[in-house]
Parts: sequence; C-alpha cells; structure tokens
Amino acid sequence: MQLVKELLEGNRRALARLISLVENGDPQKYDLLQELYPHTGNSYVIGITGAPGAGKSSLVDRLLKEMRRDGYSVGVIAVDPTSPFTGGAILGDRIRMQDHALDPGVFIRSMGTRGSLGGLSRATQEAIQVLDAFGQDFILVETVGVGQSEVDIVKTADSTVVVLTPAGGDSVQTMKAGIMEIADIFVINKADLPGAERTAAEVGVMLDMKEQYDWRPPVVSTVTLREEGIDKLWRSLQEHRSYLETSGKLHQLRKERVRRELTEQVEHLVKSRVWQQIRSRIPLEDLIEEIVQRRRDPYSAARDLLANIVFPHNDS
Amino acid sequence: MERNRGWGLTMSERKIRVLVAKPGLDGHDRGAKVVARALRDAGMEVIYTGLHQTPEQVAEAALQEDVDVVGLSILSGAHMTLVPRIKELLAGRQMADVPLMVGGIVPEEDAQKLLAEGYADAVFTPGDPLEKIIDWIKEKCRGE
Repeated sequence: MQLVKELLEGNRRALARLISLVENGDPQKYDLLQELYPHTGNSYVIGITGAPGAGKSSLVDRLLKEMRRDGYSVGVIAVDPTSPFTGGAILGDRIRMQDHALDPGVFIRSMGTRGSLGGLSRATQEAIQVLDAFGQDFILVETVGVGQSEVDIVKTADSTVVVLTPAGGDSVQTMKAGIMEIADIFVINKADLPGAERTAAEVGVMLDMKEQYDWRPPVVSTVTLREEGIDKLWRSLQEHRSYLETSGKLHQLRKERVRRELTEQVEHLVKSRVWQQIRSRIPLEDLIEEIVQRRRDPYSAARDLLANIVFPHNDS
Repeated sequence: MERNRGWGLTMSERKIRVLVAKPGLDGHDRGAKVVARALRDAGMEVIYTGLHQTPEQVAEAALQEDVDVVGLSILSGAHMTLVPRIKELLAGRQMADVPLMVGGIVPEEDAQKLLAEGYADAVFTPGDPLEKIIDWIKEKCRGE
C-alpha cells in the first residue's frame, strides 16, 4: 500500500496518517499492520507512568534530550483521558515537549484513551508498531495520570518507570498492590520539595521487604525543572535494558506480548465473524424485544444464536 | 464503515482532532482555553500546545498529530504575518487542504483579506458564540 511504502521511505506525514488509521479502527487496519509487521521489532519501548501532575511529560521532555544527545531517534506516545461523558479530550502533554517539535529525530503523538481504562489508549500498542516500523530506536509511552491500579503499561513497555512525588502518603501506600509492583525504575520527581528524601527512603524500605532480586528497581531522584537526575535515570534505563537482554528476559517479555496479540486477534476475528453471520440471518431487534417482554431469556437466546454459526475452512 | 455500537463489532471511530495553538508573543491564553474546552465538550480531541509557538512548531505539531482542523489564537496583532506563514508551512507538509481557523482580535478588513487570499478558512472574533465555531468545524469535517 502506498502509505506503508511512504512510511518506510521516512515520510512523516505518512507516519501520522497511518497512526490515525489504526487509531480510528479503519477497515484496512489489520492489512496495514500486517504489511508493517516485518519491519517491526527493533524499537525499545519505555513506559512512564504515575499520578496526574507528577511530572511525567516534563520527564519525557528531559529524557528526550538525553536520548537525542546520544544520537537515538525517539517516538513519543502521550496519552490523556477521553471524557466518558462527551467522548472529547484535551491532549496537553505536548506543551512540555514542544522544544523537540522541530527535531527530525523525534516524533510526538498525543492520544485520547477513548474508553480504555488501563492507563493507555485502545490503540497504543498498534501506534507503537507503526512508530517501530518507521524506525525509531526508542519509543516513550506516557500513560494518563494514573491512580493505583491502571497497569496496562507493563504489558506494553520493555522498561516501566513509575514516577512518584514527595508527600504521596505514608509508608503503607508504598506497600499496596498495583502500580507499586510494576516499576523497573522508581523516580522521585520534584525532589527539591520537602519530604522527598523520606519518600525515597520509604520506597527503599518497601523494596527491602523482598529478599532476592534479579533486578532491584533503582530509586532515582529527579528535579525536572533544574534537569537534575535525568542523566542517572537514562543510565538506569540503559542498565535495565542490558539486564533484560543478557538474562533472556527481553525475549520472554516479547514472547508474552506476541502470545497476547495472537489471542486477541483470534478473538477479534471470531467475534466479528460470528456477528456478521448473526446479523445477516436474524432480525435482532425482534429478538431483543421478545426478551424485553420476558417471552424469551438472553441465556438460551444466545445459545440458539451460536448454534448455527459456521466457520468455513478456507475463506479469506 | 458501518457503525455497530454495542454489537460486539469493531467500529470505525472517527474523531475530530483539532490543534489549538497560540503562535507569537502574546501571553493571553484564556480565549484559546475556553475554545479548547468547548470543543472537548463537543466530543472532539483537542491538541493544545501552549503559548509562544513559532509557526514552524505549529505546522509540525499539526503534521505529527494529523489534525483535521488547525485553530490559531492570536491577540498580538501579528495575524497578517503569522497566518500566511503557517498556511505556507502547512502546504509544505502536504497539509494545504487542512482547514485553518483564526480566533482573536482581528479587524474586519484583515479578516476579509485572510479569507479572500485563502490563508484562513474562517476567522472568529470576540462575541462569536462557541456554537458557531463548533458547527463550522463539524461542517468542515463532514463526509470524510
């Protein structure tokens, strides 16, 4: 397809258009992804997550600087929440990153969650693939501001950075399940504020409660405003990457990701084929009305609908 | 693509994406924020890039975000320089056909000129109701 060809030639407009197509669930989406797939698998994906206002976007901005200095090309996907009421969104993460807007080695894309609840947008994984095929060395994924349990990023990223700020609660908060469990690296941002050392110490104590680690998440203090600690974060990320690579964990991670993609793809195909057949045969509105009237029940009705589904062996 | 909301099928989720940018040197972003908020409430995705953007930054953000509409808020009086420049930069990025709207303090005469010369597709000034902007955007994005 023309757009894919242009993307592989380095056309940024084609890259932007392709991300839109996959994000909008275009009918050609899977054909496009299929064509891109042989060109993927080379990007290293870093997730940045944390509470709203913790400084994720600023951290991404500073990290971009480090990565660019070392000559790497970087794609950024910045996710902000979509309103569950209107479907609209304010995507404002770019504000902090506009210094990199004109850098040809950086491509920044904002996405709304569009109904997804895990901290990412529905199409984040697919957008990553498009950026990967474009040839970005690194892809930074910034989640929405999360609470305690939005941990989808861990399925998507190779390395996950959890950004905390001082005065985020007492030490029991660090022991809770969810977001505190997914960090490969902890960042205590705004470390110039009072309480920063205590927060760092509490995370350290929490980490000490487990005795053995293959990889003990380092705790890095940063002040993005003054660009402090960013070099250390960048170093920690590189160390984590080489740990994953030498231990074979990266291969394992990616295998799990492919397993999930394959499962989702099968489920998607089954689902759309089943509905196609049902809709072509049965006036669903009548059936629904019958169920509403209590002349039928949804349980046996669903079984009956499925009873006549055929899966041909060799159609497209 | 057929819409199949609630039928367990993937549906095409076409959302209108609008860039709201403040090029130039004035620091008054209240108007831009009010518009951004109104567009959000109208179900659109608004990419807001903040203050003091150069024309190049605006055009590049429009490209990377693949927006359907570019909105410029200009209160500095520099619209006759900034708007044509941004239109030109968009055209250089294969985005000449992306509708461009301008909001802010723009004298009627300038507005007519920007429209007549094809630099802007709409100019909104104080007093224009927000619905007018929303309707204009929806009209422009229809049938895509």
